[in-house]
Amino acid sequence: MSERIGVFVCHCGTNISSVVDVEQVAKDAGGWDNVTVAMDYKYMCSDPGQELIQSKIKEHNLTRVVVAACSPRMHGPTFKKTLERVGVNGYLMEMANIREQCAWTSDPGELATEKATALTRAAVKRVNFHQPIKESEVSVNKATLVVGAGIAGIQTALQIASAGYPVYLVEKEAYIGGHMAQFDKTFPTMDCSACVLTPKMVDVNQDPNIDLFTNSQVVGVEGYVGNFKVKVRTEPRYVNLKTCTGCGDCVSACVMKDRIPSEFDEGLGKRSAIYIPFPQAVPLKAVVDKESCLFLAKGKCKQTCIEACQVNAINFQEEEKFTELEVGSIVLATGYKLFDPSIGPQWGYGLYDNVITGIQFERLANASGPTGGKLVLKDGSQPQRVAIMHCIGSRDENYYAHCSRVCCMSSVKFAHQIKEKTGAEVYEFYIDMRCFGKQYEEFYNRVQEEGVQFIRGKGSEVVEVDGQLTVRAEDTLLGVFREIPVDMVILNNALIPQEDSDQVASLFGLCSGEDGFFLEAHIKLAPVNTAVDGVFLAGCCQSPKDIPDTVAQASAAAAQALSAIALGKVKLSPVRAAVEASRCSGCMSCVNICPYGAVGFDKEQKVSVINQALCKGCGTCGAACPTGAITTSHFTREQIMAQIEGVCAQ
Amino acid sequence: MSKKKDFEPLIVGFLCNWCSYTGADLAGTARIKYPTSIKIVRVMCTGMVDPSYVVKAFKEGADGVLISGCHPGECHYVEGNVKTMRREPLLANLLEQLGIERERFKLMWASASEGEKFAKAVQEMTDILKPMGPLNLGGGKKIG
Amino acid sequence: MAKLKLAVYWGAACGGCDVSILDLHEKILKIGELADIVLWPLAADPKYSDIEAMEDKTIDLCLFNGAVRNSENLEIAELLRRKSKILVSLGSCACFGGIPGLGNLFNKKEIFNSVYLDREFNANEEQIVPKAKVTVPEGELTLPEFYNTVSSLEQVVDVDYFIPGCPPPPDLLWKAIEAIVSGNLPPKGSVIAGDKALCHECPRKREGRKVKEFKRLVDVILDEEICILEQGVVCNGPATRGGCGARCVRANIPCRGCFGPIEDALDQGTQLLSAIASTIDSDNPEEIKKITDQLADPAGTFYRFSLPVSMLKRRKEEGEE
Repeated sequence: MSERIGVFVCHCGTNISSVVDVEQVAKDAGGWDNVTVAMDYKYMCSDPGQELIQSKIKEHNLTRVVVAACSPRMHGPTFKKTLERVGVNGYLMEMANIREQCAWTSDPGELATEKATALTRAAVKRVNFHQPIKESEVSVNKATLVVGAGIAGIQTALQIASAGYPVYLVEKEAYIGGHMAQFDKTFPTMDCSACVLTPKMVDVNQDPNIDLFTNSQVVGVEGYVGNFKVKVRTEPRYVNLKTCTGCGDCVSACVMKDRIPSEFDEGLGKRSAIYIPFPQAVPLKAVVDKESCLFLAKGKCKQTCIEACQVNAINFQEEEKFTELEVGSIVLATGYKLFDPSIGPQWGYGLYDNVITGIQFERLANASGPTGGKLVLKDGSQPQRVAIMHCIGSRDENYYAHCSRVCCMSSVKFAHQIKEKTGAEVYEFYIDMRCFGKQYEEFYNRVQEEGVQFIRGKGSEVVEVDGQLTVRAEDTLLGVFREIPVDMVILNNALIPQEDSDQVASLFGLCSGEDGFFLEAHIKLAPVNTAVDGVFLAGCCQSPKDIPDTVAQASAAAAQALSAIALGKVKLSPVRAAVEASRCSGCMSCVNICPYGAVGFDKEQKVSVINQALCKGCGTCGAACPTGAITTSHFTREQIMAQIEGVCAQ
Repeated sequence: MSKKKDFEPLIVGFLCNWCSYTGADLAGTARIKYPTSIKIVRVMCTGMVDPSYVVKAFKEGADGVLISGCHPGECHYVEGNVKTMRREPLLANLLEQLGIERERFKLMWASASEGEKFAKAVQEMTDILKPMGPLNLGGGKKIG
Repeated sequence: MAKLKLAVYWGAACGGCDVSILDLHEKILKIGELADIVLWPLAADPKYSDIEAMEDKTIDLCLFNGAVRNSENLEIAELLRRKSKILVSLGSCACFGGIPGLGNLFNKKEIFNSVYLDREFNANEEQIVPKAKVTVPEGELTLPEFYNTVSSLEQVVDVDYFIPGCPPPPDLLWKAIEAIVSGNLPPKGSVIAGDKALCHECPRKREGRKVKEFKRLVDVILDEEICILEQGVVCNGPATRGGCGARCVRANIPCRGCFGPIEDALDQGTQLLSAIASTIDSDNPEEIKKITDQLADPAGTFYRFSLPVSMLKRRKEEGEE
């Protein structure tokens, strides 16, 4: 029985039609085998466009549909539903990608039209061999894994927990809060960061639905949407989380007291080997840094901490621990790393005492920081002139091309704080001021009025001229080269992907973008989804963003996880491989090739058998099968061969 | 139909859904121009590309075949691309014996963010194939 | 019952298929009882003209072995098709082109050069190569025209049944003859052999070992128990039709692929290639290339018997349109 195919060619406004002669494509398509109706339309994805397809399906009793339009990654699901709403199986549709892979990459003319025709012809030939597919559903585990407990992970975890569902929150560090815990104030409202964050941190600790794993990392992920199996490794803390009261007696007793540079204070303050990084830390329990603890590193110490602890919470015998978790969804909120400006000697970081980074400024300004919130130079005196340099490592072809998005505003914030705390002269060196958020432009205006000097031009160099710290820059508004002597330079450095983001991406099966941040499924249509069903993104691991955007995205990721939980089931991709036993000779070429161990062997029948629950549908076994016994649904040999014939036919 | 003055090679591209096909979409979104020579066939993974598909494409009139997948270590299916990597040189040797020059068959890696790399590869392959002229396989002839 | 009329013919063949008919041993006498042999170049002496003189469909059974390499092969294939009720493609050459089919990796000129001119042992000072027509004082002499491309029998005439093998095993041949004599005919186009690939009947153990090198059979003493592929020696079994009784692998020799592709196979060579590449134990492109290059002649190995029926049929011909 031959199929009745409808071909629908989209203009996409003028996106396609300005390059490809869409009428000609539709006209040609009308003459192909099994094509019952072929037409073009301005916007196929619009309501009237979809209705057109539906009415033609009914009118001509179409059995197959080809939509020549944008990428199937864009509107594949849309047109699938178009068919389903009129009772036709969505898999009986094929899209020809004549926008992203033709119109947008070609010059207008005959060749572009020929390419669009070839792609459409291939889709038509292919769709003849499509089979209706029923998507199987699996139940969803109601627990969610959230990786990273900065503001993004915290927000996601709280949101899901508040709906009454369990969350496993895994944090690499010994404490939660991430970068935000280090900040002093937040723009544009100048709320204290701790005032916003610490109540949420406490909620995380107290919420019975949240199971917090600090000092922990995910080391294994198996399974699929709805049913992931995750392995978590927890490094020893050497302090019993249950019995430690957070009194700090051990911290004062440590022989290394005030001798180790504090990471939390960005090296500006000192801590002990057993320590609590800041007074509001969650969990408020001590932790031993095994690198600097004399006993753990060298085996020799008086162990004054053990003596000091009244609850015997310290245990140097503690070992790493592994926990297996079962979850339905995973939210990655692994955050960012700050660009190291010592890479570029032109910025003087590490060379001159009073060149600091933005996050170091946060610690200096913070009342619980190393100076108690006093803004001072290395020698303890107050700065009279301060330079703030934007885009250090960002928007810079030599380092990172992307805009870090938060630095313009945090620079404005720094300027305001400097004015407030010291009354010093402040110079900001910027390329463009990007004050795009709610109340941001207003905040910028206010700080301008406070007398901060904004110089349009990227600071090119920080040098010492006769012992005087000096910033060199081109003032592009005045068109002059300027040298400005200052006492302190704040380098507002780029937000860049975490050191281990590549490993994390491959652990969870994600892709990274050009900038190295995790890639979302679609920048607009699915900004928190990823290529892996059931794995979502929140916060700066996707791209740099400020706190309001991070919190919004974290809630969106929580909503994604919750919608799967609420429905209780998810549809699985129906692309799977299966063995036709009568063709299989039992050569076992497929068995060892499967990365998921989905191909088993029936010794009695001497044939391979594919476990449908484990198969992910990559089709590698099918390509290795020397007898054509393995078929991958929706990517069958017949379908692909037909497609090849279609693109090649002249 | 053949109104074309210049020989325009036909390249059949097998691109994996997760990296290279997405990268090719990105090339479009970024409006990076590259020759119309390539006609893309989407596969879930390059591991799915049966060597027979490559031969089929040549038989049907392709002047070149390009397979592009995720970078090794970044495969959406762990290591489907490695399976392709193992087949490629053997297939290339076989194709050469069948008179299909090495330049006509290419395996590359392009991630979802490497639209530009993909576009460049298509341009390069087209530039190489153009002076080589059509492949014109005569295998279909019945006798003689 | 009237005696059947039987014809046996060889096209481009080595004679092994004819010998396999003789390998029926005493059953050959049975054939003599059942049938009159109207043509058998190897064993009897009728002339083509005798066949031409027959009414169409006079011959009950024709066993055609050998590939179609020249115009004589083609002419007789067409003649025998007209005169025969049942035409059987006997042996790998008739079925798939066989070993002569590997000539499709070259062209006529190269083959003539190699055979008549370039060899050190050729004493051919006049540089004479066969010509289809040559004029001598006595008149015009002709030879069959040597084609550029070898074809299987089915590629030139309609074939009723196929018995593969190089040579075809006598038991399969006898099975086919019995079926035809008894009138228990299988569906047209049937291949009288197994349905599955050879691995199905191979007694060896496969454990999933991968290989770091490909070895030639002469360089290794094969373990008799385990899969030959896993010992680094190419075995064509995974993509080759079974039904032969796995005689080679039982004799500790890898399958050479003589039963040809299995039913509806896309392409025996590339499918075999894919299965064999899967056994390579390396993730490093350079190392993979090195291992791969140990297979000196992949086309000749993977298409050993089936190049003319493969997707591409032959090597690309320069200047072919």
